[in-house]
Parts: sequence; structure tokens; C-alpha cells
Amino acid sequence: MMNAPRLTRRDFTAGLGGIVLAFSLSPLALTQQPPRLPGSLQTNRMLSAWLAINADGTATIFTGKVELGQGILTALAQVAAEELDLPLARVRIISGDTGRTPNEGQTAGSQSIENSGTALRHAGAEVRAILLDLAAQKFSVPADSLKVADGVITAADGRKVSYGELAKEADLKREATGKVAPKPSAQHRLVGQSSPRVDLPAKVTGGAAFVQDLRLPGMVHGRIARPPQYGARLEAFDEAKIRAMPGVVAVVRDGSFVGVAAEREEQAIKAVEALSASAKWKAGPQLPDPARLYEHLKTMPTQDTVISNKDAPLLASGAKVVEATYRRPFQAHASLGPSCAVAQLRDGQLTVWTHSQGVYPLRGTMAQALGMKPPSIRCIHMEGAGCYGHNGADDVALDAALLARATNGRPVRVQWMRAEEFMWEPYGPAMVMEARGAVADGRIVDWSYDVWSQSHNMRPGDPDGINLLSSWYLADPKPPGPARQAGAPNFAGDRNAIPTYDLPRQKITHHLIKDSPLRTSALRTLGGYANVFAVESFMDELAAAAGVDPVAFRLAHSKDPRERAVIEAAAKAANWKPGEKGNGVRGLGIAYARYKTIATYNAVVAEVEVDRDSGRIRVPRIWNAVDAGLIINPDGLINQIEGGIIQSASWSLYEHVRFDRDGIKSRDWATYPIMRMPDVPKIETVLLNRPNDPALGAGEASQGPTAAAIANAFAAATGRRLRELPFDPARVKAVLA
Amino acid sequence: MAINVKVNGATRAVNAEPDAPLLYVLRNDFELNAAKFGCGLSQCGACTVLIDGVPTRSCVTLLSSVGQSEVTTLEGLGTLAKLHPLQQAFIDEQAAQCGYCTNGMIMAAKAFLDSNPRPTEAQVRDGLAANLCRCGSHNRIVRAVLRASQSNGRI
Repeated sequence: MMNAPRLTRRDFTAGLGGIVLAFSLSPLALTQQPPRLPGSLQTNRMLSAWLAINADGTATIFTGKVELGQGILTALAQVAAEELDLPLARVRIISGDTGRTPNEGQTAGSQSIENSGTALRHAGAEVRAILLDLAAQKFSVPADSLKVADGVITAADGRKVSYGELAKEADLKREATGKVAPKPSAQHRLVGQSSPRVDLPAKVTGGAAFVQDLRLPGMVHGRIARPPQYGARLEAFDEAKIRAMPGVVAVVRDGSFVGVAAEREEQAIKAVEALSASAKWKAGPQLPDPARLYEHLKTMPTQDTVISNKDAPLLASGAKVVEATYRRPFQAHASLGPSCAVAQLRDGQLTVWTHSQGVYPLRGTMAQALGMKPPSIRCIHMEGAGCYGHNGADDVALDAALLARATNGRPVRVQWMRAEEFMWEPYGPAMVMEARGAVADGRIVDWSYDVWSQSHNMRPGDPDGINLLSSWYLADPKPPGPARQAGAPNFAGDRNAIPTYDLPRQKITHHLIKDSPLRTSALRTLGGYANVFAVESFMDELAAAAGVDPVAFRLAHSKDPRERAVIEAAAKAANWKPGEKGNGVRGLGIAYARYKTIATYNAVVAEVEVDRDSGRIRVPRIWNAVDAGLIINPDGLINQIEGGIIQSASWSLYEHVRFDRDGIKSRDWATYPIMRMPDVPKIETVLLNRPNDPALGAGEASQGPTAAAIANAFAAATGRRLRELPFDPARVKAVLA
Repeated sequence: MAINVKVNGATRAVNAEPDAPLLYVLRNDFELNAAKFGCGLSQCGACTVLIDGVPTRSCVTLLSSVGQSEVTTLEGLGTLAKLHPLQQAFIDEQAAQCGYCTNGMIMAAKAFLDSNPRPTEAQVRDGLAANLCRCGSHNRIVRAVLRASQSNGRI
């Protein structure tokens, strides 16, 4: 298991002689319709794009998906090793490198298992079949008479040949057929096992594990002097003074972008502090009044889309009508480690080491921002701190590249400062959700739902704009792309706005706010967190109006057996007692969602304790049940689900970006507090394995249900309802007053 | 001006200003990766090292203040070949997601267990309250610290 990537200088610099390998689509006759291939094989069709068999008996997998702390590389290695019949330790991994791996876009949306995992599963099965055919020819026996174990093929008469010995003959430069069936789940020996993470040994011993740890020969340190607020313009600064400071190698100004490179990291920081102190800025536009934020959001220009409209005659007259408005503030990714990148420009070739979620989209957008051709840029993924979506990772890559143009070939490492990360990262958008429903005879007879939100996807890769922070501040500024409607099946601000319940009438409308008063983009789940908070809170409000227990009410509106199974399993784990009332300070609440309405099922029961004097809510315990289809790695699945629960509990109890008319005021962990160890709930997770169903990603399944389960538990405990996030003491006291 | 620092049992010299934060000297001069820059404000704990056994935020510790004290980093606790019980326990419990907080968690736990060798779970949670984790690996970290406290090896 010690095949954690060991990052040495040799590895970092090896193969960087400017050779960029292009993975073109296979040559297909234009008239011929190519067969549909599974997962990302559809768009990267060559077997050699995914797998190599090496002479030393190892296999190398190439994936466009990247490790974000979610354990994906371990899971993908398990999938490939399973199909190849290799031990896990003999699978090497190359991920997210525009010079070496397939283009799989962004590592986002909980789709890595579905896309990359499916591709590797089928490619692995096909490569194994190719190796078996070679052995069959060698031994002049039928391929189906051969056995494989640990990368050694054995004939019935005992003759053996290893994958390593066949490596040279195995021609993988061919298009996948998609016709070799992967193993049935009953034969799995690695898939379904809690294989330990391949990256942890380095992380617990101080091995080079992160892009932050990259040290190249001659490397200098860069920092950027950010404007004091969005849109401020640099008028002047004392350039001569900064250039004369100790260790300063370069001062780069391009319009209102200004940064420093210095020999030592602390010298770069001091120089940028001095630069900022001497800089004069022309103020940018004012931000909305935070006291009227939600009213303001609803008055902004929107693009409105009815995403679901199901009409049926009203079943009952005299139905009870319920209306509620829910609100979610701007919330930050708040990665523990500020964003970092290293860039080197040599002989017209730019190499960027980055923790971007999408090295190909980043390359394309950086090329536009820098006026370069994409083949002149190579983006290589290295891990950063957990990102939970689109944080500063891409932005800092451009920052490093802008400085690297002024350092005569010396690599530049830029890490953002803490305040910079909080002030400039794109936030998860503030949202307003309005629900109106009616119940009669214990059932929902009408449901309408409107959600207002800024864009949740302002990532690099937009065809009509440059979604990289510093490009907006250059002398020739290149603005960001427009807010876009994402649409089915994944949606964005309207993700999970359509309930999965069986409802006779429903109308769901997404109001996409076109402006960006605060910078926003993808935060884990996109709109799923807020929509599930609203939908599942509203389900409880309707259940209360109908006088039905929340678990029974959900089951009464569910026809999907997998949905029913997770709700029942979570309720059972929590020892849910129908009709049980809270005692004013303690209560249980349940909530459920199928992520994106097409992926992982998760039901969550939360227990809350309310301190009515201080307004403080504690969540001592959470129970949940999850169905993510075929489970690749049970412990990895639990880690993702429980991590999502804890992060959502933190979002829901504590987190909102503070700002006033003049700018962002959340600048550190004191002004953006998150959950700490003593407040973290104990969690019990029930896994419902579905070995014959496709494996689904689970990094975003539990956040929405957790928020609603806490709100529902609070309502059960106190009889009052929290409809605005976060549930901080002031809001709790106001609701209880 | 060369300044000597005792790190992980060896005395090492560095050419840096006396007011350089220890964190950058450890990372950039001594090539010790474990301590991480998280905030530079002593708020998150990612940069934690032990100075004479006391958990210390190296991001706000000036080089000049270290003097003759012994600095211990995560690299000084154990190696891949010979893991410290806490390092082993973090692997056994798979007590990380991204791992960026891991250094601080282990170093804070080391100091904590040195003074509380048989803690309760609640004591571990309180003992690590000043260290932030963003991925939600807290419960695994608590289990790893409890596991290490029950192992027979040195803590």
C-alpha cells in the first residue's frame, strides 16, 4: 500500500522538456457513427489513454479526475486493479496532467466514480482480455482456459506468463470496443473492500504531498497585492521602494494587478505588505446592504425557467395551504490551506503545478488570459487542501503565471494569504427559496417552489469570458463569462429543487440572477444544499399541517423502493418513535434527498439540544443511511458521507460571509468561524450496498439532508421553525422569542 | 546572518532575518514539509510544531525567539519505516480526508497525550479544540488519538 506518490525533484522536472502529448480522439470515419462507450471512454476512446502495462509487472492508470482529499485515486485504483486482476500495490496512478491524462473536464458533481471509474472498469476488463489473448496465442490454448492471479496468467498445463512479460506485445493504442464485460460483483475481491487511502502515509509523515510542498531548483516566492475591495483600481504605488526591498526579484504590475516575487517567502510577504501600504486605489462599486440582502436578490434581473410543471386537477377542496420562505447566505469554501500554485516559463513553454479541479479547462482559459496557445501550457495537478468546489485554486495558477513571466525562467510559487482566500474566493451564492403547498387527507395535493440564486458555475472553461480573478484587473481586462442556466439532469442553483416525491401537482421555477454583487461559483452541492434544506423543511411543515409523522409522511409520498429503504433505515438506526414530541430543548428531525435527484440516496436523522438562554444549538448525534449503488470502498464512502454531514452542520449552525457596503469583512477564522472538535456530532452511518446497480459518487449527498434534519429537529424540540441559515444564536433567540 | 536552530535532534544553520517566521525556515530552508501554512494568524493549528515539548504555532514564532530550544516537527516523531504510534493510529483509523490539518492534529495530540496519557473522548475533543479541520474528519481523528493512547508504544 505504500505506493503513495513520492514527490521528488526528479519527478517534478522529469519529462518537462516541452513535449506535450496530445490525446486526440481516435480517427473515425466521418460517416461512421461510433459506438456509445461507457463512462468517460465515450470522449477518450483509446485504451492507451487510460491504461499502460509496464515491464515491471505494474499497471499505470491515467485519469483526468484528481484527488481533492475525497479518496478518489484510491477508489479508481481499486476499480482498475479489480478488473486487471492485479494487487492494488501494483497500480500506479497519473492524474490530472494535460501532458499525460485524458481530458475529463472538472472533478466535480460527484461524477468521478461514474465517469472515470466506469471508464477504467471497462478499459481494465478489455486490457485484461487483450493480455489473455496474447497468452493464449503464446501457449496455443483457448483464452478461456487460462487463469489470472496477481498479474500472472497460468495455462491448464502450468505454463505461466506475467503481464510484465507481455507488456511489450500488448498494443493498447487501439480504440476501446466496450464489448468486454467487467467482472460481475460476486467475483469482486478489491471492489467493496475498505482499502486504505494510498495518500495517507505521506500525509502523516511529512512527505511531499501537496503542491504547497513543491520546491523546484531556483524557485522564488510570489505574493499578490489585492485591491481593498471588488473592482478597485490601482492608481499608484511606490514601485522603487518595493524593488529595493531585501530579496525582491520582480515587481509585476499590469493595470490593477500587482505582485512581487522574492527569494524568500517572508520577503515576498513583507514586500507585498509594504506595497499595499503605499498603494492608492480608486474605490470599486458598493456591495448590497447586507441587512436587505434577500429583498435585494429578488429585485435583480433574472433569467426564469420553469424546470418542472406537472398539472392535475386539485384532488380536494378545503385543502390546507402552507407557505414558507427559506434563505441561505453567502458561504465560503474556507479551505484550510490557502490556494497555491507553482509556475515556470521556459523557452515559451509554461508549466503550472496546480490543485485546480480541471487542468484542461484551466489550461484553455489561462491561454486566453495570457495570450498563449494551449499547447504551450502544461497544467499538472498536485493536491491542495480540500477545496469543496471552486475556490482560489485556478486563480492562483494565473497569478503564479503572471509573475513567472518576469523571473527569467525561475519557477514562482504563490500561496494566497488567509485574508486573500476569504475575500477573493468565489462563494456559494446567497439564495431565496419560496415554497407553497397544500395538504388534504394526509397527502400533498399541490406544490409550487421558486428559487432565486446567482450562478453556481463560474469556473474556467467558459467560452465567452475569462473566469480567472486577476484577468479582470489587467490593463486590458478580460471580463468573466455570463451566468448560465445549467439545465437537466444536474442543474445548478436549481439542483434538487425538484423533489423526488410522488406529487400530483408541482411547479418549480428557477430564477437565475444574472449579476454578481458578490463573486460566486461552485460550492459543494451547488444549489442542492439550500434546496434540500428548503424542500425537506417544507415537507415537515406540510406533515405538521397534515398531522402526520414526518417519516410516515415521506413514505406516503414515495414510490421508489431505494428511497423508502434509506428513510426507513435511518429512522430505525435513530430509534425513531412516530409522533414523539420534543421537550422544548431536545428533539429529533429527519430529512432525505437523492442527490441531483438521479444519484446517491441519503436520509439523515439529527438530534439537537437547544440552550434557550444563549440561543446555542448543539447537535450531539446524527444517524444516516446511504445508498450509493455498488460500493467501491465502504470506509471511503463513510468518510465522504460523514465529512459532508459535519461540514454541513458547520455551514448550517455557524457560517455566513460577512460584508458591508464597502467590502468583504470575513477575513480570518475569527470572522468566519467553523465547527470545532467539541461541537462535532457523533455519527452512525448505515450503508445499503446495491452490488448490481451502478456505483455513484457520494461527496455531496449528505449536506442538504443534514441542514434540514437539524432544522426539523429544532422544530420538533421547540415547536418553532428556523427558515434562515445559519442557525446562529441571535436567529435562534429571535425564533424562540 | 546565520542562525542556528535545533530541529529534530540536529543543529541546523539558516541565513534568514531574525524576524522570519519559523514556519518558512522549516519548510523552505530545512525542507520539512509537515508544518503547513494555514492562516499565519495562530488560529488554525496547521503549522503546529513542538518547542521544548510545547505545542507552538510556527507561523507566528519568530526565528530569533527559538534560541537554544528544541524544535520537533512531525518528521521528528517517526518515519514511513518507523511510524510513531500516533502516525500509525491515523493510518489505522484513516483519520483524514485532504490531510492538510493532519500535521497540526498529530502534533497537538502528541503534546496533549504527553500530559494526559489516558484521556477520555471528551478530553481529546477539548484538547484538540484549537485545531481546525475543514473536511469533517474530526471523529476519526478523535478515534486515532484514543487508539494511540491505548497502544503500548511510546506516545
